[in-house]
Amino acid sequence: MDYSSLRRQAASMKKSLFDQGYLDEQFCQVEDLQDETSPNFAEEVVTLFFKDSARLISNIEQALEKYPKDFNKWDAYMQQLKGSCSSIGASRMKSECMSFRDYCAQGNAEGCMKSFQKVKREHGVLRQKLEAYFQLLRQVGPSGAATRPAM
Amino acid sequence: MALADATAFPYGLRVLVVDDDPTWLKILEKMLRKCSYEVTTCGLASVALQILRERRNKFDIVISDVNMPDMDGFKLLEHIGLEMDLPVIMMSIDGETSRVMKGVQHGACDYLLKPVRMKELRNIWQHVYRKKMHEVKEIEGNDSCDDLQIFRNGCEGLEERGLFMRADSDTMRKRKDVDKDHADQDSSDGATVKKARVVWSVDLHQKFVNAVNQIGFDKVGPKKILDLMNVPGLTRENVASHLQKYRLYLSRLQKQNEERILGATRQDFSHKGPPDNLNLRNSFQEQPSNGANGFQHTSQKIQAQSNMLDPHLEDTKIVVPLKVSDKNGTPVSDVIDPQNVPSASPLGGVLSFERMPLNQDRKPSETMILECQSWSGNVPPKQFMQYPKHNHERCDLLGDYSCLPKPDLEHPITPGNLYVPPPLVSMSCSMEGDVRDFSDVKRDLLGCMKSLSPALTCTVDSVSAQLSDSVVTSTNNDPKFSSVEGLSSSKECLFDPARNQTTLLNSEEASIICGTDLACLPDDLSGYQLQGIGLNNIDLFQCNDAMMLHGLQNNWYDDPELSSEIMEFPLLDECLFA
Repeated sequence: MDYSSLRRQAASMKKSLFDQGYLDEQFCQVEDLQDETSPNFAEEVVTLFFKDSARLISNIEQALEKYPKDFNKWDAYMQQLKGSCSSIGASRMKSECMSFRDYCAQGNAEGCMKSFQKVKREHGVLRQKLEAYFQLLRQVGPSGAATRPAM
Repeated sequence: MALADATAFPYGLRVLVVDDDPTWLKILEKMLRKCSYEVTTCGLASVALQILRERRNKFDIVISDVNMPDMDGFKLLEHIGLEMDLPVIMMSIDGETSRVMKGVQHGACDYLLKPVRMKELRNIWQHVYRKKMHEVKEIEGNDSCDDLQIFRNGCEGLEERGLFMRADSDTMRKRKDVDKDHADQDSSDGATVKKARVVWSVDLHQKFVNAVNQIGFDKVGPKKILDLMNVPGLTRENVASHLQKYRLYLSRLQKQNEERILGATRQDFSHKGPPDNLNLRNSFQEQPSNGANGFQHTSQKIQAQSNMLDPHLEDTKIVVPLKVSDKNGTPVSDVIDPQNVPSASPLGGVLSFERMPLNQDRKPSETMILECQSWSGNVPPKQFMQYPKHNHERCDLLGDYSCLPKPDLEHPITPGNLYVPPPLVSMSCSMEGDVRDFSDVKRDLLGCMKSLSPALTCTVDSVSAQLSDSVVTSTNNDPKFSSVEGLSSSKECLFDPARNQTTLLNSEEASIICGTDLACLPDDLSGYQLQGIGLNNIDLFQCNDAMMLHGLQNNWYDDPELSSEIMEFPLLDECLFA
């Protein structure tokens, strides 16, 4: 496999992430910030995101187990996670965070639990996909990140 | 100022970013560095405060997330506003209007929604620039009173404003954005140029007072008031300084006797006060009769404008025409003798106060103190005498005076005493006439300007004052409040007189401007302003109208005490009695 085909593969992977709604324009913004002073900026950011979001998710998990239910706290935690999702453009995860917050507003604990599971699932899926994506990019080299999907 | 160096600024702008989200922090840092800013990041609000405290003057601007675990972003904003007075940009993931509004109310200079984009960050230097410009003005303007500063800002910024002013025209209370880059005087007309900083208009006062009443005096805090007032563009600091004044006023009130009867006394007084009137008449008789026609016209306009005017005021106006004839009849030669001056002294005091707003506007560059000194020393009693030369109608004066009476009843003042309030009123009346006249009489004014300039300014000021006064009385239910403002205004006035002298040339313009503001005037006036004078005056005026004027008038009207304070000023005494 030569570089160009790897590059094409990375581009199509990214495109599918966009097409399936995993990512949004913010991800491109992050990639655009990449330059010679920080050639792996996007990957660093994404790594940071997954590290931090894992922390937030575990926070929420603990909060959900506590009794009595503190919807305000849940909501605040999820708000944090949602903000974090917005940083890399983790669009699907973010929208699931929003539905969690809707359930919070309704006082629907069951909905919250279900929604939280979905958030976790989205988180895991995205992680997997982005790891694969960046792995591919590493093989391609720094120039690979520049391609943008057609929006 | 360092900012003037366009090549260096905004590069190297020192930005502190506060966000508990490390991912965002990293992204923002990168973005800001790409903007050539110097970036410091920090994940906790408390740490941010610590950094800011330890490294004072090491930052130009702060960007802070709203939702942070250790401290609410608004709280941080408040601290920064109070302690460092740095521009703060808030950001958050959701853009609920109420939240954004809260941020703005707490003094955020901007509110960004996540995801934040580079293009938004690239432009944040403008907030620093704007703030620095304000600071420069404030330094130049003497920190004695906020109102003065406001005026100064208005004046100085004129050249620099342009596009900005227009944009802000809708939000009068918003701090004025001064942008040097957009300097063109042509573009601004009276209407577009608005006040710098917050103008505590009657409406705004009322909101403030209502908020205070609602919260309760014991529990009031700037933030609560701000939230209750819910005025876009108003900041915590604005409210805080206003609250401070208000508290001063209240404490003063407590000391005062309870005998005051606000509404009733006023009416009673309206009919009284003949002795004072006489003095006033003498002083004013000197004025030429030119203004008679103009006067009526103006007065009508004024009434129309201020629907709110107290019944007394209206009555007085009605009365005016009759009296006018008398005054006109009085020969100009009857002008008061220098000896008479003492009797007129109250007027003089009043005049000086009224002048203040105008003066400030005119000469921003000069230091207040210097101007004052010059004024006190130079101004001869003659000025009063000269005053009449202009077209001022005494009738107006009288009528107004009748309205003012309240202070007299409460605190009977001997002729010797300088009782400011009544004279002021009269002055204002005369002004109305002038307004219209001025436009017509431009030439005359110009010719007489040098000699009369002081007098002119006085008249102009008084006019503005009157308008404000009428408005205030009608609108303001809370006499206390008005009095508070009056205090500040009075101080300002003291300073102003000096300026008048220095800026005599401008007096014409100023007068014209006043007229426009008061009466909402007119094409002729506005046109005149544009040609001759310059935007500065206009700006100033507007400022005066909103803030200063009503404050002054209120004082006269409601607060005998205030007037007494005014009297205490050395400047006044010197001027009058010298």
